[in-house]
Amino acid sequence: MSKMAGADGDDSLYPIAVLIDELRNEDVQLRLNSIKKLSTIALALGVERTRTELLPFLTDTIYDEDEVLLALAEQLGSFTVQCVFFFFVNLEYLDKAVESLRKISHEHSPEDLEAHFEPLVKRLASGDWFTSRTSACGLFSVCYPRVSKSTKSEIRQHFRTLCSDDTPMVRRAAASKLGEFAKVLELEYVKSDLIPLFAALASDEQDSVRLLAVEACVSIAQLLPQEDLEKLVMPTLRQATEDKSWRVRYMVADKFSELQKAVGPEITENDLVPSFQNLLKDCEAEVRAAAANKVKEFCENLPADSRETIIMNSILPCVKELVSDTNQHVKSALASVIMGLSTILGKDNTIEHLLPLFLAQLKDECPEVRLNIISNLDCVNEVIGIRQLSQSLLPAIVELAEDAKWRVRLAIIEYMPLLAGQLGMEFFDEKLNSLCMAWLVDHVYAIREAATCNLMKLVERFGASWAQSTIVPKVLGMASDPNYLHRMTTLFCISALSEACGQEITTKQMLPIVLKMSEDQVANVRFNVAKSLQKIGPVLENSALQAEVRPVLEKLATDQDMDVKYFAQEAMTGMYLF
Amino acid sequence: IPPEGIHLLQQQHTDIISTVEFNHTGELLATGDKGGRVVIFQREQESKNQPHRRGEYNVYSTFQSHEPEFDYLKSLEIEEKINKIRWLPQQNAAYFLLSTNDKTVKLWKVSERGRRPEGYNLKDDDGRIRDPSTITMLRVPVLQPMDLMVEATPRRVFSNAHTYHINSISVNSDYETYMSADDLRINLWNLEITNRSFNIVDIKPANMEELTEVITAAEFHPNQCNTFVYSSSKGTIRLCDMRAAALCDKHSKFFEEPEDPSNRSFFSEIISSISDVKFSHSGRYMMTRDYLTVKVWDLNMESRPLETYQVHDYLRSKLCSLYENDCIFDKFECVWNGSDSVIMTGSYNNFFRMFDRNTKRDVTLEASRENSKPRAILKPRKVCVGGKRRKDEISVDSLDFSKKILHSAWHPSENIIAVAATNNLYIFQDKVN
Repeated sequence: MSKMAGADGDDSLYPIAVLIDELRNEDVQLRLNSIKKLSTIALALGVERTRTELLPFLTDTIYDEDEVLLALAEQLGSFTVQCVFFFFVNLEYLDKAVESLRKISHEHSPEDLEAHFEPLVKRLASGDWFTSRTSACGLFSVCYPRVSKSTKSEIRQHFRTLCSDDTPMVRRAAASKLGEFAKVLELEYVKSDLIPLFAALASDEQDSVRLLAVEACVSIAQLLPQEDLEKLVMPTLRQATEDKSWRVRYMVADKFSELQKAVGPEITENDLVPSFQNLLKDCEAEVRAAAANKVKEFCENLPADSRETIIMNSILPCVKELVSDTNQHVKSALASVIMGLSTILGKDNTIEHLLPLFLAQLKDECPEVRLNIISNLDCVNEVIGIRQLSQSLLPAIVELAEDAKWRVRLAIIEYMPLLAGQLGMEFFDEKLNSLCMAWLVDHVYAIREAATCNLMKLVERFGASWAQSTIVPKVLGMASDPNYLHRMTTLFCISALSEACGQEITTKQMLPIVLKMSEDQVANVRFNVAKSLQKIGPVLENSALQAEVRPVLEKLATDQDMDVKYFAQEAMTGMYLF
Repeated sequence: IPPEGIHLLQQQHTDIISTVEFNHTGELLATGDKGGRVVIFQREQESKNQPHRRGEYNVYSTFQSHEPEFDYLKSLEIEEKINKIRWLPQQNAAYFLLSTNDKTVKLWKVSERGRRPEGYNLKDDDGRIRDPSTITMLRVPVLQPMDLMVEATPRRVFSNAHTYHINSISVNSDYETYMSADDLRINLWNLEITNRSFNIVDIKPANMEELTEVITAAEFHPNQCNTFVYSSSKGTIRLCDMRAAALCDKHSKFFEEPEDPSNRSFFSEIISSISDVKFSHSGRYMMTRDYLTVKVWDLNMESRPLETYQVHDYLRSKLCSLYENDCIFDKFECVWNGSDSVIMTGSYNNFFRMFDRNTKRDVTLEASRENSKPRAILKPRKVCVGGKRRKDEISVDSLDFSKKILHSAWHPSENIIAVAATNNLYIFQDKVN
């Protein structure tokens, strides 16, 4: 007998019914789960019921937790524009909802945009609450391109109104979308409509609005033809570089490379170079630091024919001042980019002008400055070779390696493999080897651990025979250190190095030491023996495993200490030695 | 003109009220108390049926804002007492406010819910579980009206930024940032970001033994987004410009009244400590409160205040005993009326004082249950300093120093004031014409 239509429908309806009910479950996770499956629910209900029943119900969900609202806003991408409007009046996550709307806008035909999307935008732009007006700002650029001429004119008018809105939030939203809107406008309107708005926002009384106009400056400059820049953009930009608020000047410094590319070489030479100098000499350290960060990029992008002159005459003098700036963040920012100048200036200029600066920063009292120099040595190596620096480099490295703050010591350890590669095996053995050994017995565990890892990387770089002659003896020597933490470090090193060192060294030199330590007085050492054996097991020959490792593990398995027994048994199981 | 109040509402709190603040429209009034609770009152809409109930304030929402905490590192209790509440401008149908205790600032959202969903798929209307095989169609819940419910939810928690006790919070006119000030530092926050704040003032000396001055109050200028002031325990006010530098340790303006040598005493410095500073609505003036006076300053003149008003000068001869009972350290607040023509501040014995800046008249009123019946007009009070005491005057020695009015607020546009007298909140309004 055939089932009733309703009964057939059960199987497909039931899960949806559950989802719908769980939209209001007390458990947040269940609500979240249902929201994420909103499109499934909508599909089952059909377009009409979704619009007339589901969405009105969901407006109540605005009282929900953050995560649920966010998930809801994300789901809006699958709904038509009409439905979406329900949420705008109350949602706090308008920016997420706006994102969704922007994504679906190109799925709409131009007719749809005119009929539904644009009216929505219009309603938002004239909304009572400023949150709806701010969200309108995000939607202008997505609907403008494909609507009719008269609608375009309306949209431009709305934007104009919002740029002079009473509340700073709306003006900020307008300023932040100015660039994006400019990109979709016809050039004549950019010049006639947008430029005055841009100038007005750049002179707004609120600092937060003015600094957003700086960002817009880049986009607008990119759109306009070169001959219009001087008249339409440069006055505003000049004003921004001399703004009373350091935050606006900071923004200019931060965007300087983009500005440079947008205005082109001539304006750069005439205007931006002096501006850059001023930013490098700014009274506020944050601004100087932001500008210092851009030194390399700025220099790289100068026109090739005048590059060297500009750098030598205008930029380098300022850079020299920054090397002895009072603020450590400024010096640190400079240190991270200054090395890059050597490739631009070439060998002779580097030796004469840059080298003294590098050396000065290598001796700076602030560890971060020194670290930033050391981490960028490869640039210099290409041009003049590190040997020139090595005399000063070594004291700097040693000082960092012994810094009182462990995080500084950790940072230099992490550069060690890189330095070793650049300085070469001989230099390393002579000067840096003892440092690496000293770190193995540092007071701080994180350092000992990093030092172990460091050794492993060095062995990978320099090879097993180097390891055998230089570091293995020292590591194994620690096995009889009175401090049990150092004896354990030996075991950790052996675990880390066995693979790189190979079977012979591991079996002939390392294994005996490990096995001997199975009789250590301290239980921690003994159970780490078991763990080490398990780690180096794969490197050993089977005969060694059976003849030497197994008996020791069997003995440890009967140890008095519970942890030793446990790890011994684990090791045996892990190596199939039972 | 100082209102001769009609007593609108008297609300008993369970705890000592520690802060009072109207929102930007005056529709809502928030109070915070020592128990970490916030109570919000809403003004009743004028209605034709009940014209005599014009503008009464009724309880709109009550919630627990802060709980007592324990700082394990320093073995210190962190009180849940609400030190300050500041409203954010309204952005949608919900209301937002910042409330702070000694260490943590919280952003609260207060919203109304008037409907609830009804109708389940898996349960029938009586709540019984339905047999899955009987489900033949999907049912979407329908929103039905219900009694109005007001919910308060914490939206942001700004913590771990203050070593010392927070005394002030102030929202910037850019509506994006706010500041919080403790004894030695002022931090700038973005309302959206809770895990980061910027330090903009730091007066902590390298050697704490050299500490001589602490920050007592701070406020942003009402319309200049880059300007703020902070007051100190030494009676000075510094005005800072955030545009000039990231760290505003160097002030742009320094306001201090030169000391009157004839008035110098052991207590001079203590009573010069400023307990509150408030910009006028116009942004042209600011007002400071120290122990005995209220001063109005012109922002353009640093050398001395424009106007000085004596709040309770009769206490000058009593400073010794006020020091003994700690009253000399009481922190009184001061408020402007909407047009900046009248200023108000509290005193002892549940007295509060109003000064009309234009007519130079002043009045002393009392907020107490015995003397206030609903719709009664408040009688001006007078303190007798010495000699013959008239019938309705009160002598200085009879003042009750345990009854102090530290916190009050003035409606942004109308002549309605809220006065906190220990556990009681009084709301007064001037006579309706």
